[in-house]
Amino acid sequence: MRHIISILLENEPGALSRVVGLFAQRGYNIETLTVAPTEDETLSRMTMTTTGDERKIEQITKQLNKLVEVVKLVDLSEGPHIERELMLIKVKAIGAQRAEIKRTADIFRGQIVDVSPSVYTIQLTGTSDKLEAFIESIGAGCVLETVRTGVSGIARGEKVLSL
Amino acid sequence: MELISGGDMLVRALHEAGVEYVYGYPGGSLLHVYDSLYKQSAVKHVLVRHEQAAAHMADGYARATGKAGVVMVTSGPGATNTITGIATAFTDSIPMVVISGQVMSHLVGDDAFQETDMLGVSRPIVKHSFAVRRPEDIPEIVAKAFYIASTGRPGPVVIDIPKDMTMPNERYEYVYPKKIKMRSYTPPQRGHSGQIKKAVELLLAAKRPVIYSGGGVIIDGSSDKLRALVDRLNFPCTNTLMGLGAYPGTGERFIGMLGMHGSYEANMTMHNADVVICIGARFDDRVTNATNKFCPDAKIIHVDIDPSSISKTIIADVPIVGPVGAVLDEMMALLDEAGETPDAEALETWWKQINEWRERHGGRYEKNDSQLMKPQEVIEAMWTATKGDAFITSDVGQHQMFAAQYYKFDKPNRWINSGGLGTMGFGFPAAMGIKMNFPDDMVVCVTGEGSIQMNIQELSTCLQYGIPVKILCLNNGSLGMVRQWQDMNYEGRHSHSYMESLPDFVKLVEAYGHVGIRVTDRDQLPQALEDTFGKYNDRLVFLDVAVDETEHVYPMQVPTGSMRDMWLSKTERT
Repeated sequence: MRHIISILLENEPGALSRVVGLFAQRGYNIETLTVAPTEDETLSRMTMTTTGDERKIEQITKQLNKLVEVVKLVDLSEGPHIERELMLIKVKAIGAQRAEIKRTADIFRGQIVDVSPSVYTIQLTGTSDKLEAFIESIGAGCVLETVRTGVSGIARGEKVLSL
Repeated sequence: MELISGGDMLVRALHEAGVEYVYGYPGGSLLHVYDSLYKQSAVKHVLVRHEQAAAHMADGYARATGKAGVVMVTSGPGATNTITGIATAFTDSIPMVVISGQVMSHLVGDDAFQETDMLGVSRPIVKHSFAVRRPEDIPEIVAKAFYIASTGRPGPVVIDIPKDMTMPNERYEYVYPKKIKMRSYTPPQRGHSGQIKKAVELLLAAKRPVIYSGGGVIIDGSSDKLRALVDRLNFPCTNTLMGLGAYPGTGERFIGMLGMHGSYEANMTMHNADVVICIGARFDDRVTNATNKFCPDAKIIHVDIDPSSISKTIIADVPIVGPVGAVLDEMMALLDEAGETPDAEALETWWKQINEWRERHGGRYEKNDSQLMKPQEVIEAMWTATKGDAFITSDVGQHQMFAAQYYKFDKPNRWINSGGLGTMGFGFPAAMGIKMNFPDDMVVCVTGEGSIQMNIQELSTCLQYGIPVKILCLNNGSLGMVRQWQDMNYEGRHSHSYMESLPDFVKLVEAYGHVGIRVTDRDQLPQALEDTFGKYNDRLVFLDVAVDETEHVYPMQVPTGSMRDMWLSKTERT
């Protein structure tokens, strides 16, 4: 099962490499990874998605917690949460296709952020599923390039991941 | 306000952290620090002949004392040579602080002379690591390094120091923190009371219990508490390879080591138990054999300070995260409170069964009719000669298993071996680190002619510092454990397990200024041992003892079997 693990990490050089190294060294799988500083400049917030059975995920969270630079950690998939991913996608847009792609982008609440005579660049935000559904709708054949940020997540309601 | 250089800060901070010896080797990036060492006498430096040995010396010291050992090496090859030593300490949870020099900050990343990304190279095998970026941070980093290395589940910590952090003419205020507090690192102080209560209930209801304890008990200094619990409950106790000595090896309730080369009775007791309490051990694959066949009828209680050790390979029915000592205290208090005792009748039946298993094998081996000795009898003779009270270090292979099986350790911290990583070349430098800190105790390195050659250059260090360790080399002229597996699994094809061009060890150690004694016959051994621990007590003695190369280590668990599936001799299987 896919899990979204959210981590507060000391904002120090080398901290990221320790997290990533742990996954490589113990044979865990990282599907997506995002990291950036928080409003508290001594802390970074990292979100990673990974897959595995319950025992594997338990090991992953325990091993992550052992890293000295990991301050706090939560498996967002254990409760209600919001997840978002941003994608920039460059698609071939010629002739009749242009209107069709524009319409599909609207349906998915995407924005066309750059235009050239034969190419649209579309920005799209949502769950990973939504981004994949968009690619499917416009047809993989007209996709020139995609770049995705990876998943960011936050718990719903009052629950807060902070010190 | 006194201002001092980064180099002086480092040395002063080490002193404040309680360091007496650092083991190391100088080089370009650390020359300022070595100059700081030269100008004082509180922190003594021991110059090894290879950096790997420095790490093992620090490790041996740490295992014998429970305090962090300190290694100091220069950048590049100096640092990378310690990697095996760091990994050895990491696998066995040994506190160690490794200070590695680094090239000048502005050269980092330029592939400078003797530059290696030490933090990157060591990352998977350290508990934590630091890079010094401001000289004034050095005291705090040192204090944190010792705190992290020696608390919780201990482990090695690397401090990487670029040369420009230690410049003699750049001076800063020195502040050593009185107390260390880290928001992201808080080792557990006690176990969960509800879980401990559940465990005690399970123990009291057990009919066929066993206590399986490991290195965690020794690291936590809780052997006395373990002994009290075992004796109070009248339960059988088995120790892992790392845990030998936590419960007395000659104790009545001790059923030997468990696992791949564990005793017949220990493995049978484990397999047939209804309650297994694992204290400070981690269900290593060399203990459990096939995990799906492990202890089929047992409820498992697992006490460990590291949550990631719990339910990693064997799922615990009652997991308890906490320091062994605190958990055992609470268990004893609960037992006192309850005033209950385990089912005496069931225990009597259980002990009768265990004693039958003891009768069946009980560490039996057959001596040769000729003068050529079996390795087991050499260990037994050494046990007698040292009255069972020596620090014994070992390398890796058959001799290690024979030492673990036949030297009965009655005290903790006396059996020093690379249990997890299995590092050949560990035993001799580890023995040196111990002997320097316990000059009045007997320190013996049990080794083989293969392992000893992996760090034999340290004979020179021993002469320089006068370190009279004893080396007992069980010389069978081959890599015994490899050969054993080749005998058992490869139809006796001894592929590269034969040491064809062995040196004359007696001449070799004499060239290094020590005493060498060659023993080929059984009749010669008593005198040789007497001389080693008597006449030559203050000398390093290399006892090169010829042993039967055809001997195998038994019992030996059958691969993919359960704990009770063992070879008991070349022809006998359970």
